[in-house]
Amino acid sequence: MVEYDKPAVAIKEMLKRDQVLSAGHRMCAGCAAPTVVKLMGMALRGPTIVCEATGCLEVATTIYPYTAWEIPWIHVAFENASAVASGVIEATKAMYAKGNYAHEHVDVIAIGGDGGTFDIGFGSLSGMLERGHDIVYMVYDNGAYQNTGIQRSGGTLPGQETTTSWAGKVEPGKRQKKKPLTEIVAAHKIPYVATVSPGYQRDFITKFRKALEVEGPAFIHAYSPCPRGWRSETGRSIELSRLAVQTGIHPLYEVIDGEKYIMSGPSKRLKELTPMEEYWKTQGQFKHLFKPEWEEFRKQIQVDINHEWELLKKKCGI
Amino acid sequence: MPERIMFTMGDIACAEGALSAGCRYFGGYPITPATEIAEWMSLRMPEVGGAYVQYEDEIASITSVIGASWTGTKAMTATSGPGVSLMLEAIGLAVMTETPLVLVNIMRGGPSTGQPTKGQQGDIMQAKWGSHGDYQIIALTPASVQEMFDQTVQAFNLAEKYRTPVFVLADETVGHMRERLVIPDEKDLELTYRKLPSGPPEEYLPFKPDDDLVPPMALLGSEYQFYATGLTHDERGYPSDKEHVQIELITRLNDKILKNADDIIDLERFMLDDADIAVIAYGTPSRSARRAIKDARAEGIKVGMLRLKTIWPFPDDTIASLATEVKHLIVAEQNLGQAYYMVKASAAPTPVHLMTKPAGMPQLPHEILDKIRKVDSI
Repeated sequence: MVEYDKPAVAIKEMLKRDQVLSAGHRMCAGCAAPTVVKLMGMALRGPTIVCEATGCLEVATTIYPYTAWEIPWIHVAFENASAVASGVIEATKAMYAKGNYAHEHVDVIAIGGDGGTFDIGFGSLSGMLERGHDIVYMVYDNGAYQNTGIQRSGGTLPGQETTTSWAGKVEPGKRQKKKPLTEIVAAHKIPYVATVSPGYQRDFITKFRKALEVEGPAFIHAYSPCPRGWRSETGRSIELSRLAVQTGIHPLYEVIDGEKYIMSGPSKRLKELTPMEEYWKTQGQFKHLFKPEWEEFRKQIQVDINHEWELLKKKCGI
Repeated sequence: MPERIMFTMGDIACAEGALSAGCRYFGGYPITPATEIAEWMSLRMPEVGGAYVQYEDEIASITSVIGASWTGTKAMTATSGPGVSLMLEAIGLAVMTETPLVLVNIMRGGPSTGQPTKGQQGDIMQAKWGSHGDYQIIALTPASVQEMFDQTVQAFNLAEKYRTPVFVLADETVGHMRERLVIPDEKDLELTYRKLPSGPPEEYLPFKPDDDLVPPMALLGSEYQFYATGLTHDERGYPSDKEHVQIELITRLNDKILKNADDIIDLERFMLDDADIAVIAYGTPSRSARRAIKDARAEGIKVGMLRLKTIWPFPDDTIASLATEVKHLIVAEQNLGQAYYMVKASAAPTPVHLMTKPAGMPQLPHEILDKIRKVDSI
């Protein structure tokens, strides 16, 4: 059982690691995804291979003829990062056993966006979890298919306007709830599941290191503000990452073996949730929610978030 | 709705064509360079009382379209090469269950992720042979914004008439170019709807064809009982492992397209009457070819073009007959040669020259002109 707040290596040691993503990548101004990857890089412990699904991060970090990645990295199709990662880890083990591979152990990380994880890559992810492959899967969740131009995904929030969930007089943006992916992953009873936010770096790095250290599959759900899609200010992404935690739409917690829920410090220390209005007003994608016709819809979202928050607190024994 | 004029892109013209054809269901999934079709449908479907639903992947999108079509709704999806690769199993299912649907492929650079924002015509053979087993497909190849509209309407008409999936195969350049679009008055559009059964329900045989080889289609929830399956089935729809059932079924599924090829195939003859050289082109390269042919004519070279507006079923008879009238054929396509092999097989022994460019920028007029000059000097 992994104990909370006890990383195997001190944070100050992790900070000394070389960056895994170099400067000069072409992610948009203010995008949190490169920060997410850099925080991940600080938690690495040795030889590491990254398998990445199609998405903004994949495209913009590797525009020909350059790559920003400083570690071995493979781009796969949209729906199968988990399966490719499974092949990689099986093969490294087999080759090492035959004396054909230098490293006895390689950490394999699979990365996908919310589209590649909540939706098209979901079956592949579930298969990897069931097979028990020792892989860390990290989703960077920016709430839509931002790469193809802001279409709704299973990770899109209710009330969020996208180019396939329009807001106007008859529709309030996406009507459906966000898929409870972290809960679904935890239900596979894998050793380690955690939510992280680039706004809470110590918590992020600590959790990612734990995810690497457990034997078997681990899952990291990283929140990742997208100024282009969210119509938010480019300088406020870290602030929005924190606000997502404070409003309870992305609470920070861990689930051990699918059973033991542990609320993480930044969420645990909240006396009460910040009202969603504070979050919505930072982003153009929610501006319609403040129109009178969507008052009831808006209120219902807050009711639902409060309900989920109470449910989570109960699971965490708070 | 009366006639409307828009200045718009091919993808949106395609969506408008579908709406004008009566499409009221769109199963979507984002993919460059076809996303605008889904975006436009998500905006417009609620206005016309239809449904836009976004799915978790392309497999779900197209299979939802199969379900929607069986309720009696004209239904479609749109994607690009990687999405089609995921849909291939469902295309076979739609062929086997004789489900009318329209599948738009805005072709981008491949294989794999390729060049998502650049055009190519690399999926011509995939459209024909992508799913497993022996089958025929209908694929239309528009070359302008107006044709994106017109041929999407045509695609629905053919899908409904022949109870089969129909491809609109447009390269990215056509999908993303902006031109004038005239949307005709709806009463001027000729629309087709599938044949419905009319006899007593107890006598209905769901896969018993009429003389045109197409069986009337009962709809889910109607008084007609049926069983639709991807398994080889007899006229009653019941699965069978008998040799003669397999032979009869797949022969009919092939024949209903091939024997109606004259009705399906749409071609444009351009300056061909006295030509010594015929350029065969479709989609964006045909636009460059048109200019190149005019320039070559100004130089006194007798050249024309057979433009394929339908690429499957392949117009092999027309090309065979054209090959007896000209001395040379040139195939200009935006790939490393796909229709070329079909032309070559049809035109033998007349020589066929290939003029390819498997990249985002299609052949430019002067490049095709150079090729015409070279062939003319042989």
